[in-house]
Parts: sequence; C-alpha cells; structure tokens
Amino acid sequence: MTTAAFRTPAPAQGGLRRALGERLHRVAAAAVTPLEPGDVLDLFHPLRRGTDLRARIVAVRSETDDAATIELKPGKDWAGHVPGQYIRIGIDVEGRRHWRAYSLTHGPRSDRHISVTVKAVADGVVSPFLVHQAKPGTIVHLEQAAGEFVLDDAHRKLLFVTAGSGITPVIGMLRNLFPVTDAGVVGLDHPAYDITVVHVAPSEPQTIFRRDLQALNDSGAVRLIPRYDDVHGLFDVAQLADLVPDLDERVTYACGPHGLLDALEQHHDARGLALYTEQFRAPTRVSADAEGGTVTFASGAVVEADGVTPILDAAEEAGVLMPSGCRMGICMSCVLPLREGAVRDLRNGELTLAVPGETPTAGLPIQTCINAAVGACTIDH
Amino acid sequence: MTVITKQAQNPVGHLTPEDIEAIGRELDAIRQSVIETRGEADAAYIRRVIKTQRYLELGSRAVLLASFFPPAWVVGTAGLSAAKILDNMEIGHNIMHGQWDWMRDPKIHSTVWEWDNASTAEGWKHSHNDLHHTYTNIIGKDNDLGYGIMRVDEDQRWYPMYLFQPLTNFINMLIFEYGIAGYDLEYGKMRKVPKDKRPAEWNESVRKTLSKIKKQAAKDYLVHPLLSGPSFLTTLAANVTANVVRNIWTHSVIMCGHFPEGVATYEKSAIPENETRGEWYLRQMLGSANISGSKLMHIMTGNLSHQIEHHLWPDLPSNRYAEVAPKVQALFERYGLSYHSAPLPQQVYSAWHKVVRLSFPNNWLATTRPSNLPSQLKVLYKMARGSRAERRRLQEQLDLEAAVLR
Repeated sequence: MTTAAFRTPAPAQGGLRRALGERLHRVAAAAVTPLEPGDVLDLFHPLRRGTDLRARIVAVRSETDDAATIELKPGKDWAGHVPGQYIRIGIDVEGRRHWRAYSLTHGPRSDRHISVTVKAVADGVVSPFLVHQAKPGTIVHLEQAAGEFVLDDAHRKLLFVTAGSGITPVIGMLRNLFPVTDAGVVGLDHPAYDITVVHVAPSEPQTIFRRDLQALNDSGAVRLIPRYDDVHGLFDVAQLADLVPDLDERVTYACGPHGLLDALEQHHDARGLALYTEQFRAPTRVSADAEGGTVTFASGAVVEADGVTPILDAAEEAGVLMPSGCRMGICMSCVLPLREGAVRDLRNGELTLAVPGETPTAGLPIQTCINAAVGACTIDH
Repeated sequence: MTVITKQAQNPVGHLTPEDIEAIGRELDAIRQSVIETRGEADAAYIRRVIKTQRYLELGSRAVLLASFFPPAWVVGTAGLSAAKILDNMEIGHNIMHGQWDWMRDPKIHSTVWEWDNASTAEGWKHSHNDLHHTYTNIIGKDNDLGYGIMRVDEDQRWYPMYLFQPLTNFINMLIFEYGIAGYDLEYGKMRKVPKDKRPAEWNESVRKTLSKIKKQAAKDYLVHPLLSGPSFLTTLAANVTANVVRNIWTHSVIMCGHFPEGVATYEKSAIPENETRGEWYLRQMLGSANISGSKLMHIMTGNLSHQIEHHLWPDLPSNRYAEVAPKVQALFERYGLSYHSAPLPQQVYSAWHKVVRLSFPNNWLATTRPSNLPSQLKVLYKMARGSRAERRRLQEQLDLEAAVLR
C-alpha cells in the first residue's frame, strides 16, 4: 500500500540515533508488511508528523444563513501560510473524496489553527456540506497553503475590490494587520497603511464578515465602501473613480467573479494602474459542436466522456484515480500528458491536438479539469 | 456437470434470444439502482471493516507476544486467523475488484491495494479479475476450473494422474496462498517452456512474487516470533496455524463458488464470437453457486457467499449484494432458471464429492457398488495402465452401464 514515508526520529543526536531509527523502522516495516508502518500509526495519530497532511475540524461557526467558518487544526507538518493564500481541502461527501480550494481567513494564529469561510453554493456538493453538515472531529485532507495573492510590503496605500465570497482572502489579510478582538480592533498603530475596501454584495444581510468589516471601518483601520445591489444598484467599475477619489495613488487587490475581474482589468489597464487579482471560479463555456469520445488511459482504463464534461470528472465518475486540484483550470495539479487525440478547453473552446510523431513523445500536458474529449484520446496515466 | 450444450435437457433451452436480452436489461437496472445509491453508509462500512481488521490483527499479534501461555495462544491464533481472513476476503479481494474505487480514496483503491497473501495484488488482478471473471466456467479458458491441476468437469478428459486429485486438492487447500501465487504466474504452463525462452515480463512477475513471499514469510515466521522472545516457538506455531486456517477457509469458500454439483460449464466453441451482455450475464448466473448463512458468514466469506451476484457485478460494493440477492433470485424463478444456494457444509461436501467423483473416469463411481467393487477396480486398473484405445473402449462400456442403470 502506498503511504507517506514513515519518518524516523529526528537525527538531532547524530549518526547513532539515526542508525537506530532506521533499524527500528526496518523492523516495523517487516512486522506490518504489506502495510507500511505509517498506515498503522495513522490509526492512532492521523495528524502526526511525517504522514499525509490532514486536519481535524475543530469548530463550525455560522456566519450568515448560508455561510460558515470552519476552524481546522492542521497536522504537524503544516508549514504555515501568508494571509491571502488558499488551501485545498479534501473531504468525503456521500462517501466520495472531493477537493476544493478556499482562502484562509485568518493570519497565522498562536494556536496554529487555520480557518476558511465557506459560502454554500446552490447545487454545490462540498460547500453546502461544509456549511450545514460538517461536524467537529471530522478528519479532512489538506494541502499546504498556496497562492500569489498576498500583500507586498512595498505598497502601503491600498484598494481592495471584493465581491461576494471574494472577501475571504482579503479578510485574512485585514485581520492579520488589524486583529478584531473582544476589546475591539487592535493593531491600529500599524505604520502608514491607508486602506480602502470596496465590497460588493447582493444585500447587507447576505454579506459574510459584515461585522468585521464594519468594526474595521469604525475603528478607522480601513475605509469601507459597501455596494449592495439592493441599495446601490448593480456595481459598475466606472463608478470606482468617484467612490475612491485617490484611486490613481493606490495599488488594487481584487477578488471576485470572473466578470468583475475582467472589467477591472480593462479599467485599470486604461488608467495604467497596478492590479493584483484572485479568481474564484472559472466560467465554463460549452461549445455547440461538443463531441466527446473514448478516453483510454495507459493504466488500461477506458472511459466514455461526453463533450461538455471535463475529462477529470468523467474519469473520476468511472472510478479512475485522477490527480486533481482547483477544478477550475488554475492550479495545474490535474495536468496529464495527452498522447494522442484532441481535447477542447471548455472555457474558450480552444483545441489541443496531440499527434504521435509530431508532438513530443512524452505527450502534450493538458489540464484534465477544464478539457473535454473531442473524439478518441489516449492519456498517459 | 457436462458442458451446458451437451446436456440432455439444456437448462437455458426454453429461453428465446429476446428473453436473454430482457434478463440483461433487468440486471442492468438492478446494477444501476445500487450505483445510484452508493454513498456515505457504504464508505463508512468498508472503512469500519478495514479499521476492525487492523485493530484485530494488532491486538492478536500483541496477545501472541505471550503465546507460551496457552490461553493467549488460543485467543491470539483465533484472532489472527480471523484478521487474515477479513484481509483476504471482504477487504483485499473486493478492493482489488475496484468495488470501492468510486470513493476516490487513494488509499482504498484497486490500483494501490496489497494484501496479506503470497500472491501479489498485480498477479491476482490479472488472473482473477481479467481471466476468471471474463471467461467464467469456459473449459479451456477459465483456469479456475480445476486450477489447471484438477478435473472438475466431465468434459475435461480423464487421465490416470487425476486419481490423485483428492490428495492434490487437500494439499492445495493447506498451502492455498502459494497455490494461488503459482497459479497467478501460470507456473504449470511456463514450467514446460525452456528457461531462456520465457518472456522477460514473466521473469519479472516471478521476481516480484518471490520477493512478496519472502516478506510475508519473514513477517510471520521470523520477525513476530523474534519479537515474542521466549514465546518464539509458540508464536511461530500460531502464525503457521493462522495462515493454514486462512488457507483452508478461503479454499473452501472458493470451491463453493463454482464447483458444487449442478453449476453450469461451457464449451469454448459454444460461446458466440460477440457474446451479448445478456448472454454473458446468463453464463455468470448459471456458472456460480451461493452459500446461505448469517451476516457474519457473509462477511467472513467476503460476500462470496453471494457468488452469483458477485459474478454478475464484480465491481459493486460487496455489502450491497445481500440487498439485491432476493431480486436476483426472483428473476431466476421468473425465467425458470435454478439459483444454487445452500449452507456452507452442504456446498463444501458437494464440491469435494465432485472432486472425488471426477478423479475417476466418467460414470465409474456411479456404476460401482460394494458387490462389483473387485471387477470395477480391475476396470480402473486397466484404464490407468492400458493404451489409449483400451481406455476409450472401457469408457464406452462404463457409459453404457450407467445408461442402463438410469
């Protein structure tokens, strides 16, 4: 059975201790074959050092009707994070393992716990489960924090533009700068931060972290400009210059849906302004001439995939164990070499064609989470 | 049982091709109903069984550290035997079939699972999942029919060496895990190929199997006895016993799956080139036999007690066979087919009876009574030592006598 390496005691005391550790490990391995010693230790301590990264759900706190904050105690190998980064969580829902990416909504804490805030997506699988059904004590699977959407120390005059659950990485950054405690917001003596937050949401009650945002605003840590659809009408990026008079002096960090980020990019490009973005869900466009086809894997598995389903989903549905990641075409965890055949990018309809002899012998790397089969394909996996 | 096409009354003769396809559709619908409802409870089940098995094995081995104390020996050996049976049957066999792949748990997946058995997971998946489950009960194609060393069907030609098959089968039962390992390698066939002509992949498979056997033996016959210190010998004896108990149990359960009297076998030539889904299902239905019993019995047999359901849908989670079995049985009855199911002792007896009966030439046992035993023995001696023509002539004589007796 495959498992993470069983780690022998740290070789701090030099060679003797290491040699002893290695010998002990060999005996343990010989005693539990065909299992690995790690499989046995996992029975008793799933969060130990040296095993696959996991976490235990410590608490689930409801934020709004359809959002909750999940507090996690990560395994010993958790390497920490920078506010603004996200983690991928693997959780079993209805018996199946699903992986999703969520922004961390706190800075590093003294108890080493981490938290994510999840909004239940209608028709979703994982988010409604996390918000409404997840129970403290459950073990989930974890990957180390990742993501480039973090603050750069060089910039102190900032504008955050967030929409809906796009607030999550930003709240992580803000809370790290200005912890909101029972006694109010602290850290106000932070040197030279000048922060404006334009937050877009359908309505005030549906806004996660509205109390935190309000407290940050009231204490003077940030200037909050809420834009609620039901009060202010639909937000248009053209309004930014009016809402934020010193817009041109600020560096913008934006997180939200694809449409907003696209519009912001054009708007900022035109004005020559710096913009950092984090996208949550990729839009999928189904091409009218979707074909689908038979996907053959090097392992021998053969999967029938239609032209509108990502190869990743079709293969998983058929029981093939696939590498996967964000499932929206950004993290590249799911990339596999296409040996032969064609696939279509579901986001823009772009075709990728692999012809043996013409394309590299190792195959063309494709993202299985956003590509669908166009005719018969062979994938090296 | 003779191959289905040679029987006086073909058990599927009354079915039209439309019937057979209708059976296929009904079975597909039952399968779909299980697939659509796989979920939380099933995942919790297999995880619970795996956890139980691991605690049971660890606990039993811990108890055996003091195995010089007789009660500890008994408890530890019983626990370890049960743990090994659970590992091989309900856990290993079923995970390697891909029954739990849908959970997408990279640790509980057919591609990575390894079991506590001399046979490698890789070798087993090929010989069992690919060959046996595809060519079930087709004489000459399904090596599970007699494992290449026994005669378990009238239509396998009789040779004198089969006289020893009750003994062969008994020995195979005791060392079954090694029997399977050799069988997975098709050692019997490859033995006759000169060493330098054996394919490289085969040599690689042999290397992997030997390496696995070495590790398995080191664990049970060296490492744990050594860890037991003064209990070295008693722990060694306990581990040998547990392996033999596991071998006897798995051998018996597997014999019950396809060997009991009345289970259908097939001629290679009678299988259509493009066997339809319905025809394939029908072959599986008649080629398997169930064991009736308690819930514990089903778990300890790895739900191979639901052999018929398992052969129809080898990749459905084993804990769901019990729930679809009544539907399958009702379908058998509606189409006038016989659903073989009996308690374990009865099926084991039936399977052994067949092994003994077919160790003799066809109809020899049926025509033998205490009164004619001397003359029958003379016939048997002549058949064993005589020329092929002589054997044929005596066989015809036996067949004639049997026909008269009927």
